[in-house]
Amino acid sequence: MLKTFPKGGVHPPENKLSAHLPIRQIPLPPSVTILLSQHMGAPAKAIVEKGDQVRAGQLIATGEGFLSGNVHASVSGKVTRIDEVQDASGYKRQAVFIETAGDEWFEGIKSDDILEKDFDIDGQEIIKRITEAGIVGLGGATFPSHVKLNVPRGKKAKFLVVNGVECEPYLTSDHALMLEKGEEIMVGVQLLKKALNVKLAHIGIENNKPDAIRHLKELSAKHEGIQVHALKVKYPQGGEKQLIRAITGREVPSGGLPVDVGVVVFNIGTVYAVYEAVQKNKPLIERIVTITGKDIKQPSNFRVRIGTPISALIEAAGGLPENTGKVIMGGPMMGKALGNSEVPVVKGTSGILILSDTESSRSIIQPCIRCAKCVSVCPMCLEPYLLMPLAQQNKFDTLEAAHVMDCIECGSCSYICPASRPLLDYIRQGKSSVGKIIRSRKK
Amino acid sequence: MSKLLTVSPSPHINSNQSVEKLMFGVVISLVPVFLASLYFFGIGALIITTISIVTCMLTEMIIQKYLLQTEIRIRDGSAIVTGLLLAFNLPSNLPWWMVVLGSVFAIGIGKMTYGGLGNNPFNPALAGRVFLLISFPVQMTSWPLPITSRMHYIDAATGATPLGYVKEAIRNGETVSDAMTQLPDHMQMFLGQMSGSLGEISALALIIGFLWMLYKRIITWHIPVIMVGTVYIFTGLLWLIDPSKNAAPLFHILTGGVLLGAIYMATDLVTSPMTKTGMVIYAAGIGIITVVIRVFGSYPEGVSFAILIMNAFVPLINKYVKPSRFGKEVKHG
Repeated sequence: MLKTFPKGGVHPPENKLSAHLPIRQIPLPPSVTILLSQHMGAPAKAIVEKGDQVRAGQLIATGEGFLSGNVHASVSGKVTRIDEVQDASGYKRQAVFIETAGDEWFEGIKSDDILEKDFDIDGQEIIKRITEAGIVGLGGATFPSHVKLNVPRGKKAKFLVVNGVECEPYLTSDHALMLEKGEEIMVGVQLLKKALNVKLAHIGIENNKPDAIRHLKELSAKHEGIQVHALKVKYPQGGEKQLIRAITGREVPSGGLPVDVGVVVFNIGTVYAVYEAVQKNKPLIERIVTITGKDIKQPSNFRVRIGTPISALIEAAGGLPENTGKVIMGGPMMGKALGNSEVPVVKGTSGILILSDTESSRSIIQPCIRCAKCVSVCPMCLEPYLLMPLAQQNKFDTLEAAHVMDCIECGSCSYICPASRPLLDYIRQGKSSVGKIIRSRKK
Repeated sequence: MSKLLTVSPSPHINSNQSVEKLMFGVVISLVPVFLASLYFFGIGALIITTISIVTCMLTEMIIQKYLLQTEIRIRDGSAIVTGLLLAFNLPSNLPWWMVVLGSVFAIGIGKMTYGGLGNNPFNPALAGRVFLLISFPVQMTSWPLPITSRMHYIDAATGATPLGYVKEAIRNGETVSDAMTQLPDHMQMFLGQMSGSLGEISALALIIGFLWMLYKRIITWHIPVIMVGTVYIFTGLLWLIDPSKNAAPLFHILTGGVLLGAIYMATDLVTSPMTKTGMVIYAAGIGIITVVIRVFGSYPEGVSFAILIMNAFVPLINKYVKPSRFGKEVKHG
């Protein structure tokens, strides 16, 4: 039987329209907008000024403090301004605007595609290069990778888990990467194993990608200490805690981190970025982005420079359809709906999904009929039907006691609700308020 | 860009389920049960079902429109389900005005006083049935004979239900095995050839409906299986102790609405618990109370009362029986 997490989960239509399509390079955009906060934690601090000439891969902003990340120029050209711009969440954020001129790379970066298998450096050096390259979790959470690799004192990592699940409907960027860059991913896994000083790595892939499973299994046979697992297709299997449970049988304790059960998780895209950073000396300045939607002319997997406006991607995929209702950064379950299509691609952008007018309208909210479907699909075993009214009534103590902070915001409850109740909308609000209360208590 | 985009929080897709679809699914699953009731009770079944559904819908509409002055939500289909289920809990020769009274009580008192769909603690159809049973005990326990009463309504020839017959026989000092010789055999009972309320007689039709609802994921197996299982085990123990005074477990399951109750009444989404463990406790409670009423009480049947009693415990069950949270136990392997 295929492995999976035991409780909860849903199976939305997969709609992997761009599966099996090769990764294509799109033309360099005339200008890029590089946000200074593309990672969880403090924004990076710009070290370039207006008018500076930069080259692709050049450091333009440095990570500030413990939880932050470096940011690099993704194209060569001139810094036209450093200004605020609206990010995917609608907030104004500092960004560096660069006008593209040619495609010159910073010295020392190998921008070719030749596989470099061998390495002879120690774990500390690997972590140092990953830190310098500004690598963050590419699955969407954008947690700075070097922070994960510096395992806190008193804790010990035993396994590396690599997330090739891609459980969000529509998205195929990780799938494409696994098919085309399997060798590089294997090297990346070995590098991360060395950095973490662990002997075994597990790669989890959902069973709707049999070609990727086969390919990585063949490759892993030639590498020591890498196991590939086929997982049952069930959302949210790509959730860190669900994936660890599915593969290792361990449950990350409530409020804890994966390392509490001896596991460190990296997304497959992050692993590839680690390979590039260490073996090619190439910072994180491009990534694979799926552009998809039922009415998109050519759903595609593009290799995109960070900072490219998503309108350029939409153009390259045949333009914005007439009936567009929603433009989503990420997948349909957890992605963010964008207010405009000039938002730039950031490190955490796994895909752009275009939904039509009819797909983007919500149904009328009906009374809760206590069907208990939300309880049975919650992968964290919470009671969404109870959390929603508690959040509406600002009953924060009760919410906290009902484990609202365990919610991973996967949206399975809202997805399944036959009464179309916006469960997660309110739970998210309640969670945010309870989070503030908990933080203020700690001070 | 000229066009405004919709911006809303995730998730951006939903399962395309709706309350209407769920209720419609229940109605569809009841088709075999209705056909069985038509086959065995004929015209009476048709009259009772029609009156019950129409009155339930009208009551809900009138209350929403004139009393509460809110949006009329009759289209959600829940009143149709209540009407159908109430009818299936009545004998086919019940005077039409009693059906009307029962329907008005079911929707008016059983459902709308609490705030309508989703808020009622008790199963509305059962509230209606028990109201009628207590108010009109004679009419509510005169059961038309199957098949022979097809062309009759009020004037149908009546007889006892198998369960009532056995209860009476035990009271008169006869043994169960003697009483059994007068009753239809298990296969006839399984198909539905016995006296009883419209929907309780045909186990076959009820099981078809159950499988359909499972397939459509309207309900889970927990409540029906645990409830029937509890009745089977409890009556089985009593039967093993003294087979001359207690009927066999299979007889208990095929008669007196155990299957109708387990599959359709106890599984009412609104009035049953939210967790699987809660469902097991609730269903086992119904099973135990049913047998206690049947064996030690004065009523031959006990399912309706048992379900209503356990309905009252559902809020308590929901409060104390919580899902086993993810990450509660830390396993180190």
